[in-house]
Amino acid sequence: MKTILIRKTGLYLFLFLTSILTLAPFLWMVSASFMQDGEASVFPPKFLPDRMVLDQYQNLILRLNIHRNFINSLILSVLVTMISLFLNSMAGFAFAKYHFRGKNQLFNLLLSSMIIPAQVVMLPLFLMLKTIGVINTYFAIIIPGLANIFGIFLIRQYVLSIPDSLIEAARMDGAADFQIYRQIILPLCLPILITLAIFTFMGTWNDFLWPLIALTDNSMYTLPVALANLMGEHTKDPELMMAGSVLTILPIVVVFMVLQRYYMQGILLGGVKE
Amino acid sequence: MNKIAEHLVTPKNPGHHWGLSAAYFFLAPALLAITVFFFIPVLAALFMSFTDFDIYALSDVSNVRWVGFRNYARLLQDPLFWTALKNTFYFVLVSGPLTILVALSAALLLNSRLIKYKGLFRLSYFIPVVTTLVAVAVIWRFMYHPKFGLLNYLLSFAGIEHIDWLGEPQWAMPAIILMSVWKNFGYNMIIFIAGLQNIPEQLYEAARIEGANCWQQFRSITIPMLAPTTLFIGVITMIGFFQLFAEPYIMTQGGPLSRTLSVVQYMYWEGFRWWNMGYSASIAFVLFIIIFIATLIQFKLQRER
Repeated sequence: MKTILIRKTGLYLFLFLTSILTLAPFLWMVSASFMQDGEASVFPPKFLPDRMVLDQYQNLILRLNIHRNFINSLILSVLVTMISLFLNSMAGFAFAKYHFRGKNQLFNLLLSSMIIPAQVVMLPLFLMLKTIGVINTYFAIIIPGLANIFGIFLIRQYVLSIPDSLIEAARMDGAADFQIYRQIILPLCLPILITLAIFTFMGTWNDFLWPLIALTDNSMYTLPVALANLMGEHTKDPELMMAGSVLTILPIVVVFMVLQRYYMQGILLGGVKE
Repeated sequence: MNKIAEHLVTPKNPGHHWGLSAAYFFLAPALLAITVFFFIPVLAALFMSFTDFDIYALSDVSNVRWVGFRNYARLLQDPLFWTALKNTFYFVLVSGPLTILVALSAALLLNSRLIKYKGLFRLSYFIPVVTTLVAVAVIWRFMYHPKFGLLNYLLSFAGIEHIDWLGEPQWAMPAIILMSVWKNFGYNMIIFIAGLQNIPEQLYEAARIEGANCWQQFRSITIPMLAPTTLFIGVITMIGFFQLFAEPYIMTQGGPLSRTLSVVQYMYWEGFRWWNMGYSASIAFVLFIIIFIATLIQFKLQRER
């Protein structure tokens, strides 16, 4: 009995310490973001600001216009999520419930092409978008995100579990194909749509390499690109950079916290990282 | 009579009778987007890798010349490419197994029946996964600060004098590895926890009756039963790690002495800084081939077991 108690205490202590250690960078980020210039560059490090100030946030917004980057990130993440959810769900529905020649081959081709790393397409894609004149516009981010294979796959798997009889019944009531998609498939797919929406939203929000290539102007940058750019000039301003990191991370953590359950489900369904 | 009526209203294979045009209507937008903005660029990249597409071609496409395998031949003799390749393999081969090991340990701990509040611990381990990589790299750059960083402060209690983590050639890659293990293990932990919960309890009971201790149970039940999970985790972790980019871009710019330059970073520099896009495309394809082969090897290793 005693040994179990000791083991239990030890286990809790270990879990607690490692949790704190894991969260330490974020705790320090939040704390340092409320410090005055220079306060985070001292030894030994300070864990709390002497006086909580909003200087860094003010600086970021008034002088560096970071709210524009925030708005870019927000608009792009929402748009990409909505559009790709629409296209992916239609395609996923078709792959699950319609029969046509070459369907399986087509689906397998899509699945196996998922191994191609995104970097491969970036050079031609850049030239393509440059030719049609959309580099450094929202379209440069939206266009490559219109549809994605993983999303189609996820929705197809889910729609497969919806019984044909439901669709048959609606058809007999005279529902057209699009009505069936709209009024039966989409509502039943809600959980997987939410899961996919979180993945897409976070993926777009966190994405770095492509926005770095496709957006060339400070006012068009998404938050990660703006932050990376700021880092170049402000290596000696941890307080400012931490405030920028808070603004970048906070929305994503909030979305995750609220919809955690759906996100975890997505991972277990074979979710891919951004 | 009834039977015939039934046949009339429920065709045996209902799908065949649904409009084909509807299927195409639903598929067309997504497939069109994927074809135009993914499949065609893949083929175009392959084509580009056999050309000398550079800054002159950018202004006038007629300057592009077919050079056959010359880009690939040049890669083999490019010391900077070999450095990038070596660094990337160093990163993948160390932080891959490390991430999986930490993830498995965390999953085993959190699967223990002794503890409560599992959700809370799981959440704190998981938070780094969802946060923006660029922001995280920015934070860690300051954590690694030689004078004021939190890491050196902690190490000072163990009597370790301050190390310039990102400034010294031998420490920069380990520093990036430590950060990426921290960032990524939570993801694999979630998959491992699910895998552990799928192992039937009877297996352990039977083993206990036969007198197997904890370690033996772990070796002969947990490990083999987790094999498919481990394969899946191994493949996705590796694919992700081969694409290392933002960490060195933010924390070291590939330095010091190119010791953290990654393949993707080199591809980015060649393609989008110097506009040697033909050469850059060949780097991208080599990366693809490496990922492809590494995935095959993992599947093969798994099958042999």
